[in-house]
Amino acid sequence: MESLYLLVPLALLIAVGIVWVFLWAVKSDQFEDLEGPAHRIIMDDDDKVKEKTDHESTDKKQ
Amino acid sequence: MIKPQPIKPCFHCGLPIPNQLDIHVHINGKNEAMCCYGCQAVAQSIVDSGMEDFYKFRTQPSLKADKIVPEFLQQLKAYDNPQVQKHFVTDGSEQIREVSLILEGIVCAACVWLNEQHLNALPGVISANINYSNNRARVRWDNNRITLSEILESITRIGYLAHPYNPDRQQVLIEKEKKQQLRRIGIAGVLGMQIMILAVAMYTGEWWGIEDTFNQMFRWVSLAVTAPLLLFASSPFFTAALRDLKNKRVGMDVPVALGIGIAFGASVIHTIQGSGEVYFDSVAMFTFFLLSARYFESGARKRTAEATEALLNLQPAIATKLIVDSDGVFDHQKQLSLSVAELAIGDYVLVRPGEHIPADGSIVEGTSGINESLITGESLPVTKTIGDDVIGGSTNTESPLVIKIDKIGDDTVLASIQRLLDEAQNRKPAIAKMADRLASKFVTVILLLASLVAVYWYQTDPEHWVAITIATLVVTCPCALSLATPAALTAASGQFAKLGLLPASANALETLSKATDFVFDKTGTLTQGNIRLVKAVSLDDSPVENHLQIAAALEAGSEHPVARSLIQAAGENTDAGAPIKVSQLDNKAGQGVNGMIENTQWYLGNINYINQICEQHFSASQLAEQQISEMTLVALATDKKIFAVFAFDDEIREEAPALIQKLKQQNKTITLMTGDNKANALRIARKVGIDHVYAEMKPADKLAQVQSMQQRGAIVAMTGDGINDAPVLAGADVSIAMGSGTQLAAAHADLILLSNHVEHLYTGYQISTRTLKIIRQNLSWAFGYNLLAVPAAATGHVDPWMAAIGMSASSLFVVLNALRLTRS
Repeated sequence: MESLYLLVPLALLIAVGIVWVFLWAVKSDQFEDLEGPAHRIIMDDDDKVKEKTDHESTDKKQ
Repeated sequence: MIKPQPIKPCFHCGLPIPNQLDIHVHINGKNEAMCCYGCQAVAQSIVDSGMEDFYKFRTQPSLKADKIVPEFLQQLKAYDNPQVQKHFVTDGSEQIREVSLILEGIVCAACVWLNEQHLNALPGVISANINYSNNRARVRWDNNRITLSEILESITRIGYLAHPYNPDRQQVLIEKEKKQQLRRIGIAGVLGMQIMILAVAMYTGEWWGIEDTFNQMFRWVSLAVTAPLLLFASSPFFTAALRDLKNKRVGMDVPVALGIGIAFGASVIHTIQGSGEVYFDSVAMFTFFLLSARYFESGARKRTAEATEALLNLQPAIATKLIVDSDGVFDHQKQLSLSVAELAIGDYVLVRPGEHIPADGSIVEGTSGINESLITGESLPVTKTIGDDVIGGSTNTESPLVIKIDKIGDDTVLASIQRLLDEAQNRKPAIAKMADRLASKFVTVILLLASLVAVYWYQTDPEHWVAITIATLVVTCPCALSLATPAALTAASGQFAKLGLLPASANALETLSKATDFVFDKTGTLTQGNIRLVKAVSLDDSPVENHLQIAAALEAGSEHPVARSLIQAAGENTDAGAPIKVSQLDNKAGQGVNGMIENTQWYLGNINYINQICEQHFSASQLAEQQISEMTLVALATDKKIFAVFAFDDEIREEAPALIQKLKQQNKTITLMTGDNKANALRIARKVGIDHVYAEMKPADKLAQVQSMQQRGAIVAMTGDGINDAPVLAGADVSIAMGSGTQLAAAHADLILLSNHVEHLYTGYQISTRTLKIIRQNLSWAFGYNLLAVPAAATGHVDPWMAAIGMSASSLFVVLNALRLTRS
């Protein structure tokens, strides 16, 4: 049972970590748009689009 | 034989493709047909920028794309002006700028994706983020590499419309408050969980036995975790309770703060003593539940107010001013784009089709259809021409207009509507005041009860007295009591605004739902208030149509309402013969016109004018015979003989009979009161179906009549035209003014009907009865809940955590119930 002397402070430390992460998340607007990311993850085919527009858009036409 | 081809919808917008149009865009390996060049251009630029995947992902067809007109692009340039930009652009550094945009045309998630990809691919755009829930975008760009107008233009190119917008200070504050609430909930949640873990250990320990050192350690750790939770997450309850006490009131936060305070205080003492119960878990849970309930509640309340917020976004950000030269004449070529805030009274602005009118004013050039739907609820555009007043925020639909501004800023109709709505939502009607008084008394009673409970249980069951006292304090829900009414009212006034009904006083809704008698004024209320030809009488043997054609020919060039209705009536009866030629046309203002038709000199004018010129005179009996003696009369004559007489009258509003019928079905007594003559009043009353008619009444008579009705016990709802009927409106229990937009400020009534749809009055009545029903439901819920919960808690049947859930659920229920009003 003496392990509790280690585990309880450890649990508290983790809790402090979670609180810190949460505060960071609120601060950086993670809760502003709760619908978007669900759609974004399906549609975003990585950087393909960006590359295409950067390099190909001029010669792709016609 | 032509084989009918199956109609293929446009690949981009889903509308049918007109015959013979054969345009295609190569998308995802297939040639797809387009319905117009606008859609083609948009689809092509989407494909060209490598985002054809948009068409795979989207779940709805896009909106039809209009062709971009050069004027529009010209106007966008105005957004590059630093003077204009300072209203909505934040400078990160010199050249790095950031703007918030409202996007129009978003129909599904793929649209957001498309816009985001498109914006981020633009050279010079540093970042673009679009919020899926409110369609707002934040764009950061490098002003050296791209301008704001180019960004806006490129959004237009893929078929959407973006306006910069300036979030007002209140909005910013609300956002900040929301974040703070989130932080509190999160911290209460995370710390609460720690406390619960320890609490479970202690509970099981109580059951199975636990070493005293560990038990004591758990208590100290719980105390250490609860303290920051109390300091940060529970602080709003304490500050609110303190504020209440300072103002010598007992608000609903007082028992909450007291409950939390006692629970924590007792637990601290017991921890130090090393014996007795601790309630750290109750403190944490209660804080967490109550904060979450309030968070959802404010979200729900925000939704109830959305309809009114929509009004705010109507005002455009920029306007095109026409510069006036030294003689006071404006020049179409000298245009200046500036922000609306910089407009001054007397400025001339050019409003192109599709643009919003920047401020209140009158038309000095052009004729066009104006859509005022968001202000009046009327869906069809109204045709307006030179001299007519226009309301800022309405949309010009057909052709360019030049408008002279006469009201800006807070004086505009839009601003006064906003103000009236705000006031109506903030002022408390009688029923809400009663609920507030009750709630405050209720809190006092609860505090007394709780102290009795504490004393009683301390003597009978010293081990549990703290738990029971806390439960009693916490379980009571005065919030439901005082939320019951405002929540419903906010939702209802939003619905009213959508109908073009403006609740201008706090009690309007309540009284309207109780009204037993509906009194209507005639002119401008049940009738249109504009003149129409109702009777044409031929005074010789030839048919009256011939005379009508002559009269219309004489009036052809006139803009007078009488002339216009004559021409309209003649147009309906015409058999498309050759137009009649009039020469030597002469107009005597206010009297009539005369002109030569095929060598005959004709005169058309009012009775006095004709009596002066013509040898033949009108007799009163002649007019009475035709039942037209009190109408507006115009006669057609030569200098020898009168040929015809035309009678004009006001047209009955189309919806009036339906309104009266529906009100009758609700067993309401309907009365018509008018200053007009008896014959006319009876005629109108018969047509719309009103049984009780009082004619030839002065305003004072009307008021006396309304008062005598009230003495009989009637609750009178009076509908009139706001300005002329002011005394009667003031005397009625609830008054409804027909406010044709611009007279808004002058109208003093409980409700103002901005549209001409009198039928909305009935819908308004329905909403008001529904609102009252919901208020009653809410209040009975609040009473019922407290009546059950308080005795249960006082007798020790409710644990503190159950009390916390019960109370939070109760106030949430009330708000959600009110939200039902925003549906249907």
